[in-house]
Amino acid sequence: MDFPTFLIQLLNSVQYALLLFLIASGLTLVFGIMGIINVAHGSFYMIGAYLAWSLTALTGHFWTALLIGTVLSVLLGFALEWLVIRYLYGRDLLYQVLLTYGLILVFEEVRSLLWGDDVRGVDIPGALASSLRLTDNLSYPVYRLAISVLCLALAAAMYWLIQKTRVGMMIRAGSANRQMVQSLGINVALLYRCVFALGVALAALAGMIAAPVSSVFPGMGNHVLIVCFVVVVIGGMGSIKGALIASLLIGLVDTFGKVLHLEIAGIHLLPELSSMSIYLLMAVILLWRPEGLFGAPGR
Amino acid sequence: MSPRPPNRHRLAHWIPVLVVIGLTLLPWITDKFYVQFVAKMMIMGIFAMSLDLLLGHAGLVSFGHAAFYGIGAYALALMTPAYQAANFWLSLAAAIGLSGLAALIIGFFVVRTHGIYFIMVTLAFAQMLFFVFHDTRIAGGTDGIFIDIRPDASLSGWVPFDLENFVHVYFVALACFALVYVLLRVLLRSPFGHVISGIRVNEPRMRSLGYRTFGYKLVCFSIGGAIAGIAGYLSALQFGVVNPEFLGWHLSAAVMMMVILGGMGTVAGPILGASVWMVLELGLQDLPTVAGVDLGKHWQLWMGSFIVLASLWLPNGLLGLLSTWRAAFGARTSQTGGQVLRPDGSTVPADYPGASTGASIASVTPLASVEARQAGNE
Repeated sequence: MDFPTFLIQLLNSVQYALLLFLIASGLTLVFGIMGIINVAHGSFYMIGAYLAWSLTALTGHFWTALLIGTVLSVLLGFALEWLVIRYLYGRDLLYQVLLTYGLILVFEEVRSLLWGDDVRGVDIPGALASSLRLTDNLSYPVYRLAISVLCLALAAAMYWLIQKTRVGMMIRAGSANRQMVQSLGINVALLYRCVFALGVALAALAGMIAAPVSSVFPGMGNHVLIVCFVVVVIGGMGSIKGALIASLLIGLVDTFGKVLHLEIAGIHLLPELSSMSIYLLMAVILLWRPEGLFGAPGR
Repeated sequence: MSPRPPNRHRLAHWIPVLVVIGLTLLPWITDKFYVQFVAKMMIMGIFAMSLDLLLGHAGLVSFGHAAFYGIGAYALALMTPAYQAANFWLSLAAAIGLSGLAALIIGFFVVRTHGIYFIMVTLAFAQMLFFVFHDTRIAGGTDGIFIDIRPDASLSGWVPFDLENFVHVYFVALACFALVYVLLRVLLRSPFGHVISGIRVNEPRMRSLGYRTFGYKLVCFSIGGAIAGIAGYLSALQFGVVNPEFLGWHLSAAVMMMVILGGMGTVAGPILGASVWMVLELGLQDLPTVAGVDLGKHWQLWMGSFIVLASLWLPNGLLGLLSTWRAAFGARTSQTGGQVLRPDGSTVPADYPGASTGASIASVTPLASVEARQAGNE
């Protein structure tokens, strides 16, 4: 593999990893702070992508669609927490899994009713539609770079929000001892609602910015969800730092797993089996650290 | 065992016998559609019972149980040569062995995790197997694989049944169903069964008593996988087609819902749950078109809403609901001295271990163990 190809693959894997991080961080945040496992998290990614498609068609402008879509997904998060999720606090994990699984079916059918079952595409916004030339015949699309930059900015903003602000302090305190924080006069119920809405918005945003590079199709959230589970298991449930490192690891293993397999495809090694590589990575990490790289033991 | 009121004791013993008699007579009463439907119900019953062994008895919340069902089904499909019949006995043994082996290997990795990790890891491994069958051409890829000729059940020249005949398939399913039911009853009453319920209620305590809990959980996971393999095998046998959806997580979630719906931690609950689920699925798919919207086409919307509501309002399943009613009724009629009313409506002497808390290690009655599970979690 020559250097430009390597660079392109590296950039691809980082872009994929950062997008994964955006989704997985919402999942791990909601679990770490609220103790809720949300299997329907992948559906928000799908909803985001469909919102990007329909709002771009409606407004004719991708960035406007992004803005409206984010507001809508925050509202969806608030409504969902108020309607069902708040009844799950402190309940057995089994019921959390089942209830949120039921939500997946509901979201898939509502999507089918609203937007149909066809595969859609979203155009890359004009300003970012160009490519960077690496060599004479290799180039890299600017939009993919923009995704990485946007994801990094969001990750930094999230770090700032949780570690450096007063609201972040309340969130962290609320996850440590809900009763105590409540008795200090802080509205924990509202705080949880905001955290859940933040998780939904992150996943939907990931779906919206991914829509121009991957097509928009039914069930697109499910595959992403499973990969996010792998990310969270490797990184440690509830750890944002773990999610970031695990996403980068998964991005590298997945991208290079596919490429390296193509190179030795001459020896019939079933290139499709490269999709197993991330699960094998997970198995190895489980043997070594069952609670994940940065997880607290005994969760 | 707990001394129960004698009339209830007798009744509880007669219900399975009556059910088996009813099921045996069924092919002479109804037509082909219902015979096949009930056969499918029993297959799903086997599948749900196998998951309940993990979920309700060992406390292992597996979200990837369809993987073993799928392996059982693919075992038959891959063992059937083109235009020829596979050997029924050999392929059934292979299906059980392979799904049990897969559960042993996957269990080796997953059983060391707990709680939330266990749920996610079982799902991830099941999806890995799903992609193996979905993405590669070893068994027909996404389209799946057809079994044109049903297996041949002859034993050195003697043919006990003909699997091309749907009534014979029905009776094979019934035999497996009854066998699995009895097997699980025996298993759960054995010392092994008590150890796994003990692990569910309090694993550190079992470990400090000297039990190697890892080994017990691994064996339990493998037995659950092997029984799920029987269900998958029978399903492939009945309809002659296997596709990657057999291993998919929608099936894993559906079977989990069947167990919860019927009542976790009971042997009969999953059967009831599977039956109700199948009837519900059939009914929802047949919904009419109202105001231009085909309600039946979007049946998953109603199913999803049902799952949401059931997990909010039916935490102990239909059997739990029954026992709540019975307890409310029994509390009025059987207030005898020195007896404590258990959550399932039976009574035990007040000095019986765990009578007051419902959280004894070797849980006495299956329904009480559901309560014990909750007590253990709090």
